[in-house]
Amino acid sequence: MPAEKDYDDVPGTTVFDAERSRAGYHLNQFCMSLMKAENRARFKADEEAYLDGWKLTPAQRAAVLARDYNAMIANGGNIYFLSKIGATDGKSFQYLAALMTGTTQEEYAAMMLAGGRPAAGNTSKKAPPAGAGEP
Amino acid sequence: MARITAGIGCSHVPAIGAALDNARAGEPYWVPLFAGFDRTKAWIAREKPDVVILVYNDHATSFSLEMIPTFALGTAEEFEPADEGWGPRRVPVVQGAPDLAWHIAQSVILDEFDITICNKLDVDHGLTVPMSLMFGQPEAWPVRVIPLAVNVVQYPPPTGNRCLNFGRAIRRAVESFPEDLNVQIWGTGGMSHQLQGPRAGLINREFDTAFLDRLTSDPIGLSRMPHIDYIRQAGSEGIELVMWLIMRGALGEDARELFRFYHVPASNTAVGHIVLRPADFVEA
Repeated sequence: MPAEKDYDDVPGTTVFDAERSRAGYHLNQFCMSLMKAENRARFKADEEAYLDGWKLTPAQRAAVLARDYNAMIANGGNIYFLSKIGATDGKSFQYLAALMTGTTQEEYAAMMLAGGRPAAGNTSKKAPPAGAGEP
Repeated sequence: MARITAGIGCSHVPAIGAALDNARAGEPYWVPLFAGFDRTKAWIAREKPDVVILVYNDHATSFSLEMIPTFALGTAEEFEPADEGWGPRRVPVVQGAPDLAWHIAQSVILDEFDITICNKLDVDHGLTVPMSLMFGQPEAWPVRVIPLAVNVVQYPPPTGNRCLNFGRAIRRAVESFPEDLNVQIWGTGGMSHQLQGPRAGLINREFDTAFLDRLTSDPIGLSRMPHIDYIRQAGSEGIELVMWLIMRGALGEDARELFRFYHVPASNTAVGHIVLRPADFVEA
């Protein structure tokens, strides 16, 4: 395993690598179970009881119940799996994105219409490298 | 023999499918996006491909964390649109091309690309949205499809170089199939976007434009771009763009651009689209 992860330098970004996948396995598989309508109904009827059936850590469980998506990601969640909780709640992807970025859905949608979050200044926790933007 | 006659690059944003399925394509938000595909729709109706090899990724739909194949080829007779949690898209069942698919599977494995073979594979928006963009809303899709699912969810996805070389192996496989077939290959996903965390909403037009340019001007150099550059510059989900390099590799060493389209935003994503011809293409 590489000791240093180059991608940990990217701000506001959690790459779903081996370590995070292992930590998040049960959390993500719980999300996967929400693909079935009967499971969504059981979860909505009693979230605590439904979660008892999954081997989540206390931090994962608290994050799910609070719908704290950044905390779910920090504890091994992957956004494609987590979005199934959003779908169960009847929330759009833009709602989730706004929540994770700490803005209102209106502000987030306006940012996207204006061309999205610029890469400049958002590519490194250190000073942006020269020539940023050129692949 | 079968020939690869064109390559298409195209984003596969789920909201595009939802806009079509819910009759919202005429709304001002969506009109420019769909208009950008009118030219391709007219072109492909003239091209009449027999088979499309459709490179896409599954989004925690048919593949959970239980099994994570890097390359998975669909060899079935047909593929059902998947239920992604709110009911399947109301689009036609996708008809497969099992004779060619099995031929490709055997050929690329002996060519040292050890793919996974899928005899059952429900296909999600990653595959069906590009179909809708190219063909609209027909009663039945006018082409047979070989799905090629690439893992880009679990890091690391395959390298750009591996994808380019896999495309070359697919080209060799198709050209050794005896039946006369007009085959296209599509690379889907991207362009710049990030769906997670405080940096969600990242868009990088400069990166995307250079990527489209280099598909024809410098594909080998492009294939050597490391994952960190995609993640940093195009967003954590922008790394889907490695799939376009499978398409590019299957066109041979040189290709020319027929046309392109670029639009921001579709939901959280920069939509990119390009149509390429292999340099050795001869008009029928």
